Amino acid sequence: MDQPLRIVIAKPGLDGHDRGAKVVARALRDAGHEVIYTGLRRTPEQIIETVRDEDAVLLGLSSLSGAHGHLFPRICETLREHGMDDVIVFGGGIIPEDDRPPLFAAGVRALFGPGTTSQEMVEFIATATQRDDAGVGHGEGWYWNPSESR
Amino acid sequence: MVKAGTGTRPNQGENLNDRIDAAKSGDRRALARLLSSIENGEVRFPESQHDVSDWKILALTGPPGVGKSCLLDRFLHEWVESGIRVAVLAVDPSSPRSGGALLGDRVRMSIVDDENKKHMVYVRSVATRRTSGSVPLVVRDMAFCLLEVGWDKVVIETVGAGQSEVRCAAVADRIVLIEGPARGDGIQAEKAGLLELADAVIVNKSDLDGAERHANELRESLQLGHDEAPEVRLVSALHGTGVAETSTKLLALKQSARAARARWRERFLSHHERLLLDHPKFDTVLSNVEEGLMSFEEAYAQLRDEHE
Repeated sequence: MDQPLRIVIAKPGLDGHDRGAKVVARALRDAGHEVIYTGLRRTPEQIIETVRDEDAVLLGLSSLSGAHGHLFPRICETLREHGMDDVIVFGGGIIPEDDRPPLFAAGVRALFGPGTTSQEMVEFIATATQRDDAGVGHGEGWYWNPSESR
Repeated sequence: MVKAGTGTRPNQGENLNDRIDAAKSGDRRALARLLSSIENGEVRFPESQHDVSDWKILALTGPPGVGKSCLLDRFLHEWVESGIRVAVLAVDPSSPRSGGALLGDRVRMSIVDDENKKHMVYVRSVATRRTSGSVPLVVRDMAFCLLEVGWDKVVIETVGAGQSEVRCAAVADRIVLIEGPARGDGIQAEKAGLLELADAVIVNKSDLDGAERHANELRESLQLGHDEAPEVRLVSALHGTGVAETSTKLLALKQSARAARARWRERFLSHHERLLLDHPKFDTVLSNVEEGLMSFEEAYAQLRDEHE
């Protein structure tokens, strides 16, 4: 890779557990990307301002609080409201299977649970950034299905 | 589709002047994208002359962990309250192995969450990428861009820097060295390096043991020289002690004459490094050296000749 991608890793909402977010940030750093970590308990508005000011291409959201069903779609919607349609959103944490379809429908392009390898995340990023329909502005559409990789 | 190596892409068909105008109008996304283009070498922003009797670009440097980011956050609150719009370029190191970086200075900047002040500041994290030293030269171009689109001052926070790390002199009008308590005895302060170039020295964590003593050692050391000694101030970013007064003093900070030649030296060396790193054959030549096919002299000659 010639130059790294800029990626924001964010912890939205009332959730104090950031080991997962830090592990992801480290893995993406080691894969050659520039990772901006927001710290804990960010509002959707704060996260979007960080993505905007830092000119991030990807936004990774981490949630272990159970509030993903509210926060992730809200962040996707706010990105679209601000015209940041080309930002690619992915998520991770404890996200039950039944909760996933509405998140994909909201424009989240991948959801990574416990046990995900960093290799898989890196593959997702490489794939998503090659597509022209991965931005959050495209709404419901393509999302990462790990069984289709490799 | 995202081209590898960038922030997001600008809108189709926009020329540089349109992009500068958009950034001037307060469109932060346009500004962020413009800075990415400069950082990626797609746009070369012209260096403009400004009167340095009143500084526009300040470098905040010092060893890792002395509290540069926290202290800067305090100063930003003060400066914004006096109506100054400040942009921050916060530099963190890139991994020499993977090329990646974890950019963590923003976490300390409480001001970006302050509803009443956040429109007066812009914080951008920057990785050193392939350059050596605590600040890549491209940060200077980014600073000129920020000044051009209407920011009053630009503060560059360097990578946590060691004694001999003086590259920040290449990018800023003034250098402020941040120190902490218990950073060695008086002999450490005697050693040559960064301390000689600082226009002001601030000892942070004044609430901790040893801060006062370290400040005195620094003062003593600076006064041994023949030049005019920069002021050494004690502050506590944690408690806010001394912050308001120091932030006012910094605004009026004068350039110490003793560093003029060194500044130009660092600027020259930075330009030279940039020429080498930007050379299309740099990686090939480096591989040749690594494999023993070429000496350093031959490698350098090849990169230099093709510049001419």
